[in-house]
Amino acid sequence: MRTVFKTSYDADINMFQHRYQFGWYALLLVIVLVLPLYLGSYWLGEMTSLLIWSIACMGLMILVGQTGQASLGHAAFLAIGAYANVLLQQRLGLPFIVSFPLAGLIAGICGALIAMPITRLHGVYLAIATLAINILVDDFIVIAAPLTNGVQGLFAPAIEIFGLTIDRYRTPIHFYYLALAVTLLVLFFYRNLMRSPLGRAFAAVRDSEISAQAMGVNIARTKALSFGISAGITGLAGALIGHYAGIFNNETFNIIISIQLLLAIVIGGLGSIHGAFFGAAVIALLPQSISMARDNLNWLFGTRAFSVPGMETAVFGLILVVFMLFEPRGIYGRWLKIRTYFQLFPFYRKDMFRRQKSYLKTERMR
Amino acid sequence: MSLLEFDNVTLRFGGVVAVNQVSFNVEEGEVFALVGPNGAGKSTVFNLISRFYNPAEGDIRFDGKSILGRKAYDIATLGIARTFQNIELFEHATVMQNLLVGRHRHRQSNFVTELLFTPFVRREERRHREAIEKVIDFLDLQAYREKYIAGLPYGVRKIVEMGRALAIEPRLLLLDEPASGLSVEETQDVAFWVEDIKKQMGITVIMVEHDMHLVSAVSDRVLALADGKALSLGTPQEVQNDPKVIEAYIGTTDEKQEVLA
Repeated sequence: MRTVFKTSYDADINMFQHRYQFGWYALLLVIVLVLPLYLGSYWLGEMTSLLIWSIACMGLMILVGQTGQASLGHAAFLAIGAYANVLLQQRLGLPFIVSFPLAGLIAGICGALIAMPITRLHGVYLAIATLAINILVDDFIVIAAPLTNGVQGLFAPAIEIFGLTIDRYRTPIHFYYLALAVTLLVLFFYRNLMRSPLGRAFAAVRDSEISAQAMGVNIARTKALSFGISAGITGLAGALIGHYAGIFNNETFNIIISIQLLLAIVIGGLGSIHGAFFGAAVIALLPQSISMARDNLNWLFGTRAFSVPGMETAVFGLILVVFMLFEPRGIYGRWLKIRTYFQLFPFYRKDMFRRQKSYLKTERMR
Repeated sequence: MSLLEFDNVTLRFGGVVAVNQVSFNVEEGEVFALVGPNGAGKSTVFNLISRFYNPAEGDIRFDGKSILGRKAYDIATLGIARTFQNIELFEHATVMQNLLVGRHRHRQSNFVTELLFTPFVRREERRHREAIEKVIDFLDLQAYREKYIAGLPYGVRKIVEMGRALAIEPRLLLLDEPASGLSVEETQDVAFWVEDIKKQMGITVIMVEHDMHLVSAVSDRVLALADGKALSLGTPQEVQNDPKVIEAYIGTTDEKQEVLA
């Protein structure tokens, strides 16, 4: 087991805790940088999709994992981001490099404005309110057909940045690097948030609103900021999804996507950046894995018995139930346990990660 | 001028009068204790000062200015810190992060500079870290610095909560039952700390406490409450011997009433 000997406050403030940690992440960065050179275009597309979902999951994780506010309507912000990005390009003729950050900003402002009334709600009521937002945005896209082209959808043009063409099909490697760059940028913001006062205020609101207030945290403002930052990042992911899909309409961002996003971060592990990536890997790669497994099983047994419609949804649901029952802390929580087991071998105890009983909270002052 | 003036305050929950025309002044630099049986309104007084409740009548003034126009999140900015009877720590954060939330009042950066983590934010973070390190040294919390609250024993949580309130660098510290559930040794530690908070840090302390040994050991003045009314105010000795206080705690017998009559 590694013991970090801290000699300055910076050891706690730095982005990486020690040199080894930095080394591992640098290695990971090198791997994702050289990956496109060795992948075929199919798997490159899948990796790009994984990165885009990671951005969306990070966006939702800031809200749900860090601030403790449930959202079942984050596909609404994906939609706002995607539509804002393409409309700014088509109607105002803005280049991608301007329309993309603006799309994030618009989604973020929408998120913060929506948050002001609805974050007065708690728990399941908040989840229902966000679900309603999702349905409203879906309906708005259909009704505002002159602007959004309704159910026919919008066509996302190829991206031009300083003469470089980025297109999902013609230049998939460029698109991969674009998604990677945005992922790294969001990761940088997320990590900075976690080590600064605002990130701690988010955790304070999540764990005890009453004492957060007594510490001088303005609850309404903090929640609105969290919603805004979360919606902004999700909007960026939405803009990328628009370009990735090529053509999209209101159906691209329906409630199922919202639910999948929430499931992803729960399966990945709430409250950690790693969890967002693990969760994104599950939703991005699982459908393909299931269909591959199905084809292989059909071939192996010489039947078509495994081609049951709706199999993917069922497997997805099953995985979620299994995680809820056996590993509520998600894939990242399980990884931490495995790592601790080997670090402490042979001294790992079964109850090491068992939570102590929570003491009574003063709910009556709500 | 007193640091905190509680002026004829009444609070009603429907028909129940939780605090009934209570007045008292807390002077700068003293340890002021609130005692009384269960349901006397001690914690309610704290919640009134924290602006969780709105009084029906009366005024609460801090440093000469009324705080009734202030929001609950403004109170820490004024320099009033508090702990909670049932421990309200941030469970899924480390001791250090909990103490750092206490520094929120001193936050100078905004969310844009924080997202970019500019050198200014780093300097601020170092300053906050240094400030909480003093609190950690004061309360002997070194061993728990990186531990998550969810895994800590009750006694340590109580002390962390006191530390978080001290990290605010308040002028007035409200301690809601700092020694409840603590062992004899831990209670003695609390007594020493309250003395030091008053003498070394110059912080005024208001304390709700049931342990009369602790109260008489550390407090300068005591206010006894019962059924929302102020019964008796004075030194610990005076209040303990006040017949009205004795009556409120253990009731009266017929003979005693005859004697008093």
